[in-house]
Amino acid sequence: MTTALAYSTSEIMTIAAARLLKNGAVCFVGIGLPSTAANLARLTHAPDIVLIYESGPIGAKPPVLPLSIGDGNLAETADTVVSTPEIFRYWLQGGRVDVGFLGAAQIDRFANINTTVIGDYKKPHTRLPGAGGAPEIASCAGEVVLVLKQSARAFVKKLDFVTSVGHLDGGDARQRLRLPGKGPVAVVTDLCLMRPDPVTKELTVTQLHPGITRDQVAVATGWNIHFAPQLSETPAPTSTELETLRDLERRSKLAHGNLTGAGAGSA
Amino acid sequence: MAEITTLREAIAALVRDGDCVAMEGFTHLIPFAAGHEVIRQQRKNLTLVRMTPDVIYDQLIGAGCAKKLIFSWGGNPGVGSLHRLRDAVEHDWPAPLEIQEHGHGDLSNAYVAGASNLPFAVLRAYAGSDLPKHNDKIKFIQCPFTGETLAAVPSVRPDVTIIHAQKADRKGNVLLWGILGVQKEAVLAAKKAIVTVEEIVDDLNAWPNACILPRWTNSAVCCIPGGAAPSYAHGYYERDNRFYLAWDAIAKDRTTFQNWIKAHVLDTADFDEYRRVLQESNSQGVR
Repeated sequence: MTTALAYSTSEIMTIAAARLLKNGAVCFVGIGLPSTAANLARLTHAPDIVLIYESGPIGAKPPVLPLSIGDGNLAETADTVVSTPEIFRYWLQGGRVDVGFLGAAQIDRFANINTTVIGDYKKPHTRLPGAGGAPEIASCAGEVVLVLKQSARAFVKKLDFVTSVGHLDGGDARQRLRLPGKGPVAVVTDLCLMRPDPVTKELTVTQLHPGITRDQVAVATGWNIHFAPQLSETPAPTSTELETLRDLERRSKLAHGNLTGAGAGSA
Repeated sequence: MAEITTLREAIAALVRDGDCVAMEGFTHLIPFAAGHEVIRQQRKNLTLVRMTPDVIYDQLIGAGCAKKLIFSWGGNPGVGSLHRLRDAVEHDWPAPLEIQEHGHGDLSNAYVAGASNLPFAVLRAYAGSDLPKHNDKIKFIQCPFTGETLAAVPSVRPDVTIIHAQKADRKGNVLLWGILGVQKEAVLAAKKAIVTVEEIVDDLNAWPNACILPRWTNSAVCCIPGGAAPSYAHGYYERDNRFYLAWDAIAKDRTTFQNWIKAHVLDTADFDEYRRVLQESNSQGVR
């Protein structure tokens, strides 16, 4: 019997998200958690993944995690660097992106995203950074994967503002609006993995991270969350996954003077 | 035709109170020195356009230069909120700030439309989003050929665009490289353009397909080495990440912010003096 590796809930979130990215996929990456997970995928099982950042780099292979969406190491390591209009017009709207990989401040049960305001739009309680590229990514990428920490404040019954669309009010809502992409196919949190129900499109927990209970997930969700009948457990991180992630984060911290890009980012 | 001039002269001659001004640079080549000169000359009632209003627009807004902001993502990259922007939106300080917000795809298309002398841009976006409910500049139109519903947004046509680039030659032709963002489109969409550069050289030695802004697209070119700091200039210097982190604490409090702007911008004569004062603040650990 092997001894289980010790890891944090953030680490398993990043690792579980990285595993969802297939080798060779063309991935439009938001800054922060999605960028960490996408680069972990590139450094482990998906060496040929193509990472696109909205500032213009296509095929970026940053040696350390970018702190901002337009860091120089993205341009230096990219297959090509194009203008921002070109990224959105030819590459995203043109249908050349397989996966949009995004973070969010808040989501609802249909994986709609709020990154605009908490409270009233005109007199907000909290003004958030805004849309970034997320509305266009959420509508045009082939599919969308969301990664964010789970809490009742982040997973809310009703969004104050729908910045970027998930499955709207569920069912075939995306097809009715003729949105080009399939929308969110997975939400990865520090507690579990959720997938939209095939028919209703409501987020359903399909996988719990090791040691996490249903109650913990229910308490950290602002609606009555459903669990799949065949609930599985996320495989624990391998030593390669953990070491690669920790090495990447260590090198990134050193390079950025102990700042990390994980806290706040643009989509 | 580009005049090679001082930054003080360029801002004095080309930026008027009430103008629509775009300062572009997607994390890279942000025209900080020029933004500071706008604050120093105390321009008022500006409509500021920028895809990613970050620290430079936080400074302009906190200093009371802006009446309106057109943008698509407003944050301190890698750090968090822009406290001066939030204070203006949430508490009308130092003055109410009208905001008009878009997505990046939308706003970058709007610059392309402006550069193309078109009244609006068209794109696939916003179906189901709440943004069009709060921004009456986002409309939906039907394609006259296929009947599809598409989003339309008015083109951006700034009175003045200000950017920073790596090099100019002595005639005022400008070369930039690395992450280009929307700088070229922003210059071509504008009535006038001011470009600050790292250096002025005899020959740009530009390769075919290089991003060149010919001298007749630029109104003024000013040589300001380091003028994009604390952002970076590819091939010249790195991003000063510590400043972005330090800005969070400076901007959080109104008085701390006002003291900083007074000492570093309003009471300094130009960018060189700003850098000297900033260096002193750094060595005393006060920034």
